[in-house]
Amino acid sequence: MKKTFAVPGEVLLEDLLAGFPHASAVLDEGFKIVAVNRMFEALTGYGRDVAVGVYADFIFRSNMGNNRGQVFQRVVETGETATIEGDIVNRSRKKIGIRFTVSLLHTRRGSHTKGLLVVLEDISAIEATAQKMLSDWSSDIIGHSPKMQAVFDVMPLMSQTEASILITGETGTGKDKIAEAIHRNSPRGKFQFVKINCGALPPDLLESELFGHVKGAFTGAVRDKPGMFKIADKGTIFLTEIGDMPLSLQVKLLSVLDDRAFYPVGGERKESVDVRVIAATHRSLREQVEAGAFREDLFYRLNVLHIHLPPLREREGDTRFLLDYFLQDYATRLGKEIQTFSDAALRHLLNYAYPGNIRELRNIVEYCANVCRKKNIGKEDLPAYLFAQVQAAAPKIPAPDLTPRREAAGKTAASPEDRQAVSGDNWTEIEKKMILEALTASKGNRAKAAEKLGWGRTTLWRKIARYGLG
Amino acid sequence: MKILITTQRDFVAQRFDLTAEVVIANVENGQLVGKPRAIIMDRPSAEDLCNMIMEENIAIVICGGIEDRHYQFLTWKKIRVIDFIIGDYETALQQAIAGKLHPGDLLPLSRSDLSL
Repeated sequence: MKKTFAVPGEVLLEDLLAGFPHASAVLDEGFKIVAVNRMFEALTGYGRDVAVGVYADFIFRSNMGNNRGQVFQRVVETGETATIEGDIVNRSRKKIGIRFTVSLLHTRRGSHTKGLLVVLEDISAIEATAQKMLSDWSSDIIGHSPKMQAVFDVMPLMSQTEASILITGETGTGKDKIAEAIHRNSPRGKFQFVKINCGALPPDLLESELFGHVKGAFTGAVRDKPGMFKIADKGTIFLTEIGDMPLSLQVKLLSVLDDRAFYPVGGERKESVDVRVIAATHRSLREQVEAGAFREDLFYRLNVLHIHLPPLREREGDTRFLLDYFLQDYATRLGKEIQTFSDAALRHLLNYAYPGNIRELRNIVEYCANVCRKKNIGKEDLPAYLFAQVQAAAPKIPAPDLTPRREAAGKTAASPEDRQAVSGDNWTEIEKKMILEALTASKGNRAKAAEKLGWGRTTLWRKIARYGLG
Repeated sequence: MKILITTQRDFVAQRFDLTAEVVIANVENGQLVGKPRAIIMDRPSAEDLCNMIMEENIAIVICGGIEDRHYQFLTWKKIRVIDFIIGDYETALQQAIAGKLHPGDLLPLSRSDLSL
């Protein structure tokens, strides 16, 4: 049952509204204005002497689709707060972007048992910024290669739909960034973007995290807890490593996608949610479906829209751009005067296969920026493990011409055969060695070791399990 | 002289750009001539409405909220705009014919506003 609080004595609505940071109005059950604050008067251009007693729509002059008071009526009937974006035309004949929030007011006594609170938030500045951001999708995602441009081309279209998206790509290719950019530029952008890693938690805990639980559902459930789906209501939920989701939960996820409702763990009341799902995985879901590890129906439900992020080795020319970008970034952050890479260092960096993709590249640059004491990053400033790999592949990879810049970067796109040599059979051994070295250096702390390696904790955990190092 | 009123059911429409229905009345010597004509537009559009006002040789426009650019366009075309009217359109028309309607007028409602 909802808790109610009472303020002793009579409270003047105007006094209450005066504390609101946005234009606000209280309406009676007939949707006529009862009280407004000063912000409301300034925004609409109507003084309270005119506005009070008038049907609210005549004063708001909005486009929020409140024909015959439909929006107000719906809030009264359902009791659920409505948030609508639109605009108003104020008394100065100016159209202003507004986010309307209409919520129900209960009163304990008096002739009116119900009223409405309408908050009008001026979002014209936010809209102008969002418009600017929309025009430049790649503002925080760096990529000039044709494959990345193809991704940037489809992103605006995907942001404007409600369909589920499946993002695939190797670890460290920026699946999270793409998902967040799509969310931010979608109509749901003002609401929550909730990210959950399906491979990081045991099945029972994951179910509770996703769907929430009620008090007493299991030992330790001392209070109701809303799940990530509820928190992401009206927003987007990003399920990363969806390929690691247990089959039992896949069924529940499918039903949420179909019905837009679910039961929390131990709960008897169905919770309705309006959430867009973006899923990501580094695995081939199609292969998992064939192997029986992933439900086919869920695969098709998630795979409505699909983005594949190319690995760094396929992004011709981007390695050099990313190296320079991260070097500038870390040099600024660390307050160092590092300007560029020496030819020898660059040759090694451009020849490297980057199995950890951009995440690995960023961490290599961070390492270099920290270690370097000169203006140029030399070969000696590079992490030692790079040499082991390059040496193994050295006979097969031609030395790149380092000038001009773009051509040099283009030549780093080695042939598949060359890449096979770089990331061939001995890579397993090198990786094992890297893991052991990182774990030794971090005294067994896996989080620190993962950070050192430039991997996520899950990736490290998975590789430890795969190589039997646990 | 022709008077155009942007309407939403029995009322002056809240906004010029969202109006899908207008009423055009002919007035001669301070008297209403014939029955006012109601026109339903294909879609709400301030630009289409401005064109219609020009084509119909309207002298006075009675409306609710209107954006400045449309207001400036109409006044530049020597059309009198009486805007931000709140009330039912019949009363607004009567007041306009009598020369008593002014921008921003809040008219006594002849019908219950709950019919909205």
